[in-house]
Amino acid sequence: MSKLSPHLRQLEAEAIHIIREVAAECAHPVMLYSIGKDSGVMLHLALKAFSPAPLPFPLLHVDTKWKFRDMIAHREAIAARHGLDLRVHTNPEGIAKGINPIVSGSSVHTQVMKTDALKQALDHYGFDAAFGGARRDEEKSRAKERVFSFRSAGHVWDPRRQRPELWNLYNARVRPGESLRVFPLSNWTELDVWEYTRAENIPVVPLYFAAPRPVVRRSGVLIVRDDDRLPLEPGEVPEMKLVRFRSLGCYPLSAAVESTAATLDDIIDEMRTSRESERAGRLIDTDEAASMEKKKREGYF
Amino acid sequence: MSGKALLRFLTCGSVDDGKSTLIGRLLYDTASIPTDQLATLERDSRKHGTTGADLDLALLVDGLEAEREQGITIDVAYRYFSSPRRAFIVADTPGHEQYTRNMATGASNADAAVLLVDARKGVLTQTRRHAYICSLLGLRHVVAAVNKIDLVDDAPAVFARIEAELRAFAAPLGFQTLAVVPVSARFGDNVSAPSERLSWFQGPTLLGWLEELDVSRDRAAAPLRFPVQYVNRPNVDFRGYAGTVASGVVRAGQSIVVAGSGKQTTVARIVTADGDLAEAQAGDAVTLTLADEIDIARGDVLCAPETRPEVADQFAAHVLWMAEEELLAGRPYLMRLGTATVPVRVTGIKHKVDVNSLEHHAARTLHLNEVGFCNLDTTAPVAVDAFADFPATGSFILIDRQTNATVGAGMVSFALRRATNVHRQAVTVDRAARERLNAHPAKAVWFTGLSGSGKSTIANLLEQKLHAHGIRTYLLDGDNVRHGLNRDLGFTDADRVENIRRVGEVARLMTDAGLVVLCSFISPFRAERQMVRELFAPGAFVEVFVDTSIEECIQRDPKGLYARAQAGKLKNFTGIDSPYEAPLTPEVHLQTQGHTPEEAAEQLLALLGL
Repeated sequence: MSKLSPHLRQLEAEAIHIIREVAAECAHPVMLYSIGKDSGVMLHLALKAFSPAPLPFPLLHVDTKWKFRDMIAHREAIAARHGLDLRVHTNPEGIAKGINPIVSGSSVHTQVMKTDALKQALDHYGFDAAFGGARRDEEKSRAKERVFSFRSAGHVWDPRRQRPELWNLYNARVRPGESLRVFPLSNWTELDVWEYTRAENIPVVPLYFAAPRPVVRRSGVLIVRDDDRLPLEPGEVPEMKLVRFRSLGCYPLSAAVESTAATLDDIIDEMRTSRESERAGRLIDTDEAASMEKKKREGYF
Repeated sequence: MSGKALLRFLTCGSVDDGKSTLIGRLLYDTASIPTDQLATLERDSRKHGTTGADLDLALLVDGLEAEREQGITIDVAYRYFSSPRRAFIVADTPGHEQYTRNMATGASNADAAVLLVDARKGVLTQTRRHAYICSLLGLRHVVAAVNKIDLVDDAPAVFARIEAELRAFAAPLGFQTLAVVPVSARFGDNVSAPSERLSWFQGPTLLGWLEELDVSRDRAAAPLRFPVQYVNRPNVDFRGYAGTVASGVVRAGQSIVVAGSGKQTTVARIVTADGDLAEAQAGDAVTLTLADEIDIARGDVLCAPETRPEVADQFAAHVLWMAEEELLAGRPYLMRLGTATVPVRVTGIKHKVDVNSLEHHAARTLHLNEVGFCNLDTTAPVAVDAFADFPATGSFILIDRQTNATVGAGMVSFALRRATNVHRQAVTVDRAARERLNAHPAKAVWFTGLSGSGKSTIANLLEQKLHAHGIRTYLLDGDNVRHGLNRDLGFTDADRVENIRRVGEVARLMTDAGLVVLCSFISPFRAERQMVRELFAPGAFVEVFVDTSIEECIQRDPKGLYARAQAGKLKNFTGIDSPYEAPLTPEVHLQTQGHTPEEAAEQLLALLGL
C-alpha cells in the first residue's frame, strides 16, 4: 500500500469497496474483461478485494473475432496465471451472417458483435450485475454515468431514470430481468490507470508500447494490419511505423498513434504532455455527436 | 498527482448562472481539454452555441442529447482536471428545482461547493436552496463565485452588496469557511488568473482558493467505526470481515465489540493483498480477522468497547425526498445505513423545512425535493451515529420496496430510544398482538369466479404488491390445496363444498396467525362462500368477484379445460355442466374485460387500504 500516492490509495480503496459491494448484494455478478489496460486494473483490484480468497465471480469476454492476436494471447495468459473462470462469448448469429467490421461497417459490427453479443451472454448466464472498466473521463455521456448503473429489462439505459447515488450507499436492488452495470473505475483518469499499472506492476498487452508495426493510413488515421483479413486498397502498401495504441478494440477500428513510448515510464511522460483524447482512436465513437449515449441506451458498455 | 490530495467539489447555483461555462473555463484554462474535443466543441458551438462566434464552453459539460438541445444541465456530470498543484473532481449539478435531488447527490460526495451567483440577479431562491442543501449534506466549505461580473455597472458595489447578502443568509448554516470571489467565467476573469478588469478585488482567484483549501477533516481521530461489508470465507481456515474503515483507526491486537450484539473479541490480523498491516485508518479497504468466532454478518458495525455507537430502532433524522410519488408516513421502505439494510417506517414528520426561509412548517407528507425532520422506526435495531459527527454511519438512503428506486436520503440527528433499554411487556399473544407486531391487520381476501377468469393471476400480482409493501401474506389456491390437504376430494358438488369448508378453516387459522391470506377458488356456490364468511370477524373477510364472461373464459381457456369439458371429456365443469352462482353483494366487483390484471391488482390494493 505504501508505495501508492495518497491519491491512488484513495481511488484503490473506493474501487475495492464498490467491487465488494456487488459481491455482497448481487446474486450472479460477472466481470466484463476486455483485455485492455482498464480491465487489467479492474481485475487487479478485484483480486485484491477478496485476497486471500479467489474471485467469487467469473469473467466474461465478448470476443468479436477481430481483436488483435496479442490481445487474445494476453487474455489466455492472464486467465491461466490467476486460475480465472473466464467465459468467452461470440454472437453465433453474427458469425452465421458473416458480420465483420470491413464489409458490414463499424456501426453494424459493433451493434451485432459487441452490444447484441453482450446481451446474449448476460441473458444466457443470468448475470444480474456486470462490472465494466469504463471511466467517467472517457467521454461526455459517460461523465453522467452512475457507479451502479441501472438497466431495465432488455438492458436499456434510460439516463432520466437513473437512481440518485448518495455517499457510498449504492442501491443494488433489482427485480428479475433487470440488471446493473457497475463501474469501479468511474473516478479514475487515464493517467491514474497508467500510474497505478506502473506502481502495481500489472501486465498489459504489448500493443500499448511503441514498436515497428505494419500500418496503412485511412481517413487520416493509422490502422495496423494485424492479419491479412484487412484487404488492401489498390496501390496501398503497408509501411512499418513506430506506433502504439492508447485504446484497444477491434483492430480495423482502432487507430494507432505514432509514438516512441516503449515503457510505462515513457507512456506516463507522453500522457502528461498529450492533448489528444484517448478515444480519439476509437472510430466507433465519432459517427455522430451523441453516438456513445445512443450506444449506451441500446445496451453497449 | 503523486503526493497531492484530491479535492472533490460541486458547482451549484441558480439556472443560467453559468455553472457549465465555469467548469468549461476551468478545464480550458488548465489545458485539460484534448485537441479532438476542442474540435468537436468548435463544431458544436456553431450548431448549439449561445455565445456568438466564441467557443461555448458550457457545451463541453452538457453531455446528454436532451441537455444540448435544451441548453440546460439535467444530471450530475463528473469532470476531472488537474492544475500543477492539485487534482480535482468536479460534480456539475443541475440548477432547476426538479433536479434538486441530483444536486444533493453531487453534494453528498463533495468536500467543498462552488456556489454560482449571477451578478446581475443577485441571491435568488435557488441560491438559498442550494446553500441550504450543501449544509444539510454536511458540506463545510463554500466559495461563492459572483459570475458575469463583467456585465454589471459599478461592479465593486454590486459585489459588496451580494457578499453581504450571502453572508447574512449563510450564517445559520454553519459553514466552516465561506469565501466570495468575483469572476467572469465566459472571459476567464479571476477564474484561474487575476484580472486587470477586477483590480479592485484583492482576494484569491477561484482556482487559487480551491488549490489552497484544506479539507482534511481528521476522520482518523474520530472513534472507530468498521461497517462489515462482506464476509470472506473461502475455506474453513479463513474467516475475514471485509470493509472500509468509516472512521478512526483499527489496530491489530485491539479489543473490539460488535455494536449490535455487544459481543467482544480482539482483532487478530488486518489482512490486505499486500500483506498484513499493523493498523488501518479511515478510508482504507481492508479485511479483519478476529481472535474468536463470534456471529458477525454484513451490516454489523465493529467499534472500540469504550466508544460505541447508539443501537436504536427509533431515531430522528432529516429526510430529503427524491421521488415523484410522495413520502407516506407509515408505509414501509427499506433503509440502507452503512452496510445494513432494514425495513423502516417514517412514523411522523415533525416539520418540513422551507428551504428558502429555513422556516419550519407542519407537514403530513413530503413531496419531491422537500426536506422534513422525521421520526423513523426500524424493524430491527441498527448501529447509528449522528450525521454531524459520523457522516458514514449517520447517513442513509430510503428504497421503495416495490420499484427498488432510491426515494430518499437521510441524515440522522439522534436516537430516540435505545433499543437495549426497551422494556418489553409480556402480553397474551393473540391475533391483535400479532397484528401489532406485523403493523397491518390480518384479512382473508377471497377470489371467486369462473375457471380462466383471472383469479389466480390477479391474486398473484396482488400478493407481490402486498409483499413489497411489507405485508405478510399467503396465497391459497387449488394447486397447493388439491395436491395435499384435499387430495382425497374430487369435483362432485359434495366434494366442492368440503373443499371450500377446509380451505375456509385453513384461511381462518392463517388470519389468526396475523397473515393476509389470499384464497383463489372458483367456489361456485353462494352458500359455501357465506359459510366461510361467517368464520371471520366483521371486516376481516373480503369477497372479490372476478367477473369475466363465460364466452371470454372459453376463448381464453388457459388450461384447455373448456375444450375438454365441451367435448364431454370433463364432467361437472363450472359454467358448462355445473352452475356458477355469482355473488350478489361482494366487497369488490372486478370487471376484467377492458382492464389488465395489473390494473385490477392495483385497484384491489387501493381498496384494501392495508
